[in-house]
Amino acid sequence: MARSTGDDAITLFHSLRSAYTATPKNLKIIDLYVAFAVSTALIQVAYMAMVGSFPFNSFLSGVLSSVGTAVLAVCLRIQVNKENKEFKDLTPERAYADFILCNLVLHLVIMNFLG
Amino acid sequence: MGEKPNQANSVSPSATSAAPAGSKSSDLLSRHFSIRSLKLKTKEQELLLRVTVLCLVYVLAFITRLFSVLRYESMIHEFDPYFNYRTTLFLTEKGFYEFWNWFDSESWYPLGRIIGGTLYPGLMVTAALIYWTLKVLRFAVHIREVCVLTAPFFASNTTLVAYFFGKEIWDSGAGLVAAALIAICPGYISRSVAGSYDNEGVAIFALIFTFYLFVKAVNTGSLAWSLASAFGYFYMVSAWGGYVFIINLIPLYVLVLLITGRYSMRLYVAYNSMYILGMLLAMQIRFVGFQHVQSGEHMAAMGVFFLLQVFYFLDWVKHQLNDTKLFQAFLRITVTSAVVVGALALGVGTASGYISPWTGRFYSLLDPTYAKDHIPIIASVSEHQPTAWSSFMFDFQILLFLFPAGLYFCFKRLSDATIFIVMYGLTSMYFAGVMVRLILVATPAVCLISAIAVSATIKNLTQVLRAKPKIVHSCSSKGGSSAKTSSKGLLDQSQPIGKNGAIALLFGAFYLLSKYATHCTWVTSEAYSSPSIVLAARGAHGNRVIFDDYREAYFWLRQNTPPDAKVMSWWDYGYQITAMGNRTVIVDNNTWNNTHIATVGRAMSSYEDEAYEIMRSLDVSYVLVVFGGVTGYSSDDINKFLWMVRIGGGVFPVIKEPDYLVNGNYRVDKGAAPKMLNCLMYKLSYYRFGELTTEYGKPPGYDRARGVEIGNKDIKLEFLEEAFTTSNWIVRIYKVKPPKNRW
Repeated sequence: MARSTGDDAITLFHSLRSAYTATPKNLKIIDLYVAFAVSTALIQVAYMAMVGSFPFNSFLSGVLSSVGTAVLAVCLRIQVNKENKEFKDLTPERAYADFILCNLVLHLVIMNFLG
Repeated sequence: MGEKPNQANSVSPSATSAAPAGSKSSDLLSRHFSIRSLKLKTKEQELLLRVTVLCLVYVLAFITRLFSVLRYESMIHEFDPYFNYRTTLFLTEKGFYEFWNWFDSESWYPLGRIIGGTLYPGLMVTAALIYWTLKVLRFAVHIREVCVLTAPFFASNTTLVAYFFGKEIWDSGAGLVAAALIAICPGYISRSVAGSYDNEGVAIFALIFTFYLFVKAVNTGSLAWSLASAFGYFYMVSAWGGYVFIINLIPLYVLVLLITGRYSMRLYVAYNSMYILGMLLAMQIRFVGFQHVQSGEHMAAMGVFFLLQVFYFLDWVKHQLNDTKLFQAFLRITVTSAVVVGALALGVGTASGYISPWTGRFYSLLDPTYAKDHIPIIASVSEHQPTAWSSFMFDFQILLFLFPAGLYFCFKRLSDATIFIVMYGLTSMYFAGVMVRLILVATPAVCLISAIAVSATIKNLTQVLRAKPKIVHSCSSKGGSSAKTSSKGLLDQSQPIGKNGAIALLFGAFYLLSKYATHCTWVTSEAYSSPSIVLAARGAHGNRVIFDDYREAYFWLRQNTPPDAKVMSWWDYGYQITAMGNRTVIVDNNTWNNTHIATVGRAMSSYEDEAYEIMRSLDVSYVLVVFGGVTGYSSDDINKFLWMVRIGGGVFPVIKEPDYLVNGNYRVDKGAAPKMLNCLMYKLSYYRFGELTTEYGKPPGYDRARGVEIGNKDIKLEFLEEAFTTSNWIVRIYKVKPPKNRW
């Protein structure tokens, strides 16, 4: 049972990897950005675990800034992806403009919250 | 109600060609009075009709709330609005920075209150913005007028939002009916009359606005609408503590969509961006602080956030793999690990106390018996009692049976939007049943769902009426085939009703709706337009008698006491004393410190010498009591006295409730308990009352509110002296004597 799960995991990994290389370049760039943002959030959490969470509002604003921009990038990816039938009449320029606007609001609030 | 049949289009081209000919004619009279020149295309006619109806509804919502302004004067009602008025006044005088960082030493003496950090600023900032806008436009109004009329203004705006929301859920006809219903619905009017300057007046607008924007975001999947709904949520958080309803209903709604298999990319985009941006914006309000990540009431939203990530990830992997067997294996691994991690995190958080449990106020919504046993202050507020059926009928009337009808229609045409309104309706109706005050939150949902029922029914009936001629003309119009089959189907389906039946039913619907309008206006006029601070009654000859005792007493305080005098009263009157009397109080309506209130309750329930010790320790110079024995006013302090005993006894076991009762009965006449007859509250209320004849044929000292002759008529005060009693004996103020000299 464990052996078959292990085999499954390996075949899973390989098929995922081969499928992923087929995705278009602009989506891969967005994925890279998401990975960067999430890793920044994880680094901040690790730092908080070492140093303590005072002042809490600064910690929250830092983490939520990373997580927020990652989430917005995922939303952008969804809207730009040509395979999503629901968004086929949304131009990529409009999607990108929404992304920029939301990020602007996000970071303005973060700067107010940073203390 | 909104759409006219296509066949009218065939009539209009001839009319539009006639219009320029008509306007070109030189005769002024014929141009103005010719009906042909007014003929518009169907779309324009419909637009004109809709805009006219909306304008009329807007004005109606405003003017139906003006009864008390017309009958009495433009003043602030009740208790809580006085605090809001005082803070708004401070904001307009001192500016936003002073307001945001305000520490008030005039209430809760000697503790003080951090007002800047313990209020919801939305209402005050809104009123101040309106005031400053009017000032820029050179309208020199007093801030009090702006405060009085803020709630009706926002009620009108709510009708507009209800129209757009109805349009989003069903169609524009339902939107129009929803706007009309919510304009006059008593459940909403009760908290938004002119003068009721309270958080709910603005908060209901913010609530329905946020819900509308969120449903729009889910329907379109656009980031811009999600950003707008995040801002709507921010406005709601700044306005009212009831924002917890939004932050729990929306995750519940997302969960229901996930369970019913309606997960979509639009839902992902809408919820995630709204949650992150909304949470960040909400944490900017000092009173809310970090609750979004630390309080148990907000954890549902976070849980659903993580669940959505899991759903998205699984969806993406499934899309990449195109191989079901492999995907099943992957699904097994991921779901078990996700559930384990989630449960572990929640368990650790709750056990270690990091995630605080649900606070008493909201926990008592889930378990209604909790407050009565554990937190008497929450149980004592009359608005927190469970709702009686009569209240539902009083506040909703025909909407009560239109609500299930609307639910039926929603279930017939299930979509993301109708699922939302059904959930909002059902959850808000449950909470309205638990607490009277929450009928207000249920009102928009009930109005919207009832509007769907009304609009759909009337539409079906009118289609029956138009059915026969429609078959003849539909051959020539463009949408002919579909119209023909649908109308034919309708005709077969509606054979049992027939045209006469449809006309009769339409008259019935018209009758019901007009009855609703009459009822709503009557309720508004009779029940919800009293200012509470000014009382009115009918005199012996039928003339109206006004009791303005409260304001008389507060202005006496303002003009006849030293500026640093401290006034002790029950917490109900605290806000009014600080706002109108401008004196420091010991406890007020914020009720944030139970022990302090219990100290005051203990002082009121003790004998005079013990109470004097407590009053000296708090530097009290004046004591204010409210007494309704002369006028028959039943909301006075003697009727509230048992709550003082319970709250005081909750903290100081020396005060025992059975000491004040006789065989479980609460009496003030000769048979009352001896402790009751000699406690401070009794003495202050009935001092010199034994000499007064209140009613013809009754002995002196007859208490008209309790309907008995009082027991202890010969009251002597040792440590206090009477300072002021208002003209109808409603408010009585006593001065605390300084301690006697040593010899």
